Amino acid sequence: MEGLERILMQHRFFAGLEAGYCELVCGCAKNVRFEAGQYLFHEGDPADQIYLLRHGRVALEMAAPGRNAVTFQTLGEGEIVGISWLIPPYHWSYDARALERIRAISLDAACLRNKCEADHDFGYDMMKRFVPVLVERLHATRMQILDVYGTPA
Amino acid sequence: METIEKAALTADGLQALLDALEARGYRVVGPTVRDQAIVYDDIESLADLPKGWTDEQDGGRYRLTARGDDALFGYAVGPHSWKKFLHPPLQRLWQAKRDGASVQVTPEPKDETRFAFIGVRACELHAIAIQDRVFLGGAHVDPQYRARREGCFIVAVNCGKAGGTCFCASMGTGPKAEAGFDLALTEIVEDGAPKFVVEAGSAGGRDLLAALPHRAAAAGEIAAADAVVAETAASMGREMRADDLRDLLMRNLEHARWDDVAERCLTCGNCTMVCPTCFCTTVEDSSDLTGTETARTQRWDSCFTMDFSYIHGGSVRSGTRARYRQWMTHKLATWHDQFGSSGCVGCGRCITWCPVGIDITEEVRAIRESQQDKGA
Amino acid sequence: MLLPMAPARDPMTPRVARVRKRRRDGPQVFTLDIELDTAEADDLAPFAPGQFNMLTAFGIGEVPISLSGDAARPGRLVHTIRGVGAVSTALVGLRPGDAVGLRGPFGVGWPMEEAVGKDVIVVAGGLGLAPLRPALYHLFTQRARFGEVTLLYGTRSPDDILFRHEIESWRRRLDVDIEVTVDHALADWHGHVGVVPWLIPHASFDPEESVALVCGPEVMMRFTIAALRDAGLGEDAIYLSMERNMKCAVGLCGHCQFGPVFVCRDGPVFRYDRVRDLLALKEL
Repeated sequence: MEGLERILMQHRFFAGLEAGYCELVCGCAKNVRFEAGQYLFHEGDPADQIYLLRHGRVALEMAAPGRNAVTFQTLGEGEIVGISWLIPPYHWSYDARALERIRAISLDAACLRNKCEADHDFGYDMMKRFVPVLVERLHATRMQILDVYGTPA
Repeated sequence: METIEKAALTADGLQALLDALEARGYRVVGPTVRDQAIVYDDIESLADLPKGWTDEQDGGRYRLTARGDDALFGYAVGPHSWKKFLHPPLQRLWQAKRDGASVQVTPEPKDETRFAFIGVRACELHAIAIQDRVFLGGAHVDPQYRARREGCFIVAVNCGKAGGTCFCASMGTGPKAEAGFDLALTEIVEDGAPKFVVEAGSAGGRDLLAALPHRAAAAGEIAAADAVVAETAASMGREMRADDLRDLLMRNLEHARWDDVAERCLTCGNCTMVCPTCFCTTVEDSSDLTGTETARTQRWDSCFTMDFSYIHGGSVRSGTRARYRQWMTHKLATWHDQFGSSGCVGCGRCITWCPVGIDITEEVRAIRESQQDKGA
Repeated sequence: MLLPMAPARDPMTPRVARVRKRRRDGPQVFTLDIELDTAEADDLAPFAPGQFNMLTAFGIGEVPISLSGDAARPGRLVHTIRGVGAVSTALVGLRPGDAVGLRGPFGVGWPMEEAVGKDVIVVAGGLGLAPLRPALYHLFTQRARFGEVTLLYGTRSPDDILFRHEIESWRRRLDVDIEVTVDHALADWHGHVGVVPWLIPHASFDPEESVALVCGPEVMMRFTIAALRDAGLGEDAIYLSMERNMKCAVGLCGHCQFGPVFVCRDGPVFRYDRVRDLLALKEL
């Protein structure tokens, strides 16, 4: 698993992770690849993976009947795809599509949740990493909702 | 060093002054009674002046009452100020005529009117000087304002009575006329009849005075004139400490007092209409039905309107609180940053003509005292 | 009394100009290329990137429009206009040969000289790319005088991208980095989707030796400036272009006041440290 540990430690998201915790995380981790156009997951699927993108970009989108799917966020190298795994009922609320060939580390969400439950200090470290991502995305979403570039009424 | 002449004029001498100005081609304007107020309008003779009238002024209150003597200038200031003539409420800027594909733009000719202002108070001299800085002192000079100022002859009057809302003494703008006039008069009422101690303030003033029936003022007359001014200075209706206002207000832009005044203010804009230094204008383009002849007209505007700060589908200052704050902080604080002085001359008009009697001196006091309570 | 000289040309009277070219550059957005009748052109001052003109649709009214063309070609008066109100709609409806009134140029422009020798990050939102285009032309024409040059541009959707073909040609230059993002898009868009500040980590610049030029809706500028500050830029290294209601453009009508400053005369470009406290106040 040594190669995976090294890759994980180098990923921006886990910068400064202590060695013991790294082992814990690696226990839930594996390398994955997606081809361009492939879906990482669909709305409604169980949210059982978290993706740390190493290479390539992903589009988060939502579809509605009679309308083409609308992309509301793209994410790239160094970023995390997947936040719905944090709260029950652990289902994805949108689709994630690879815009190009993706190389990522996939973390098993159930595995990570169990380890957080077992070791609260480890859990807190994980939360300190994931919650800022949530907050940034919330702030960005608010700005997108304001439609600041829209034509004034 | 030039000696300032102090001459004495009788009422006849004053009439001779009006006649001489008219003979020299001036449009003579001064105080006159109309619609139960003392306003500024064209005058011809002493009979047009508000003889024997005085004014009672307070927050939201203005009444004319009889004095019981024949004083010609025995009142303070009314709803008009001299900006009515120097910076008129409505003026066309240019006309344009379309001829096929081309358009010909014709700017308005230079205003050749030479005004003679009779009865300009000390606070008003300061107000004119303040508007001079706005329209003549910056990178862009207003050519029409310049033309009117160039031709202007000013006969100032030292106030014989402080108004109920006046606070020029604390603003350092009166009641004595110090500069910016061609002639300055102080009215002394003796045996019910007025006479005037006159001071010339310019070469033009001296020339005109020399052409009038006058004599040198006696020492007693000069003393009486000084006493009149001193009495006025001591009986101001209001006061406002102004030395620290810029910083005080800019530190308190979120003070609770703005909410308080916003509950009273109607945003009617009276204060901006009567204030002698308010200068904001807007422009309107108009056209005939065929679109061949178009024009642009400039007219007075007020920061109290919703339109004033309109941009991108809404007003930046949509609430009363924001608009009142804009007016008062511009007048007393940011004016310093922009023009190097306060914008307020202590004339009290905004207090008198506010329908709900909002008092700028009281608003300032409330903010300052709340800071002192906090030990700030 | 001693009066200043009367102005040689009355700043309130428009010159008569003619539309030379009209081109659609986005939804309701048109670029007008205007030229002055020869007689009127003599004493026209060359403009600086970031300045604006007051354009008159005769009989309707006048609005401030930033110059969006190349300042090195002073005879070409290019303005990019979105038709939203009565006047701007009338302006975008003008055809080549039609008359238009012009006053200007007015205002303080982008600090091109301060940026010399430094990395330059240009951040544009929506129509804000138009007042920044002259700055970009300047950076490209005098490329060697500047460090890394980056353009970060955000808008509503791919259909709203301004000057799209031109951005693509800028992309082909090897000496400038360009990142474009949109608030939302359909599946045929392969670029970024997200807010402009998120592009900042993609930009390569030395925060100690950089200048940022920011223009767009005020909300977008506030978020962007916060992100630039987080990235290490000083308050004196960020410049933004403000917008307020303008009538005279010469500091005499009072409309464009923003605290103590007149946007028409002291701006529209301001260094951030000068207006930081003012931006934080609502309804100022």
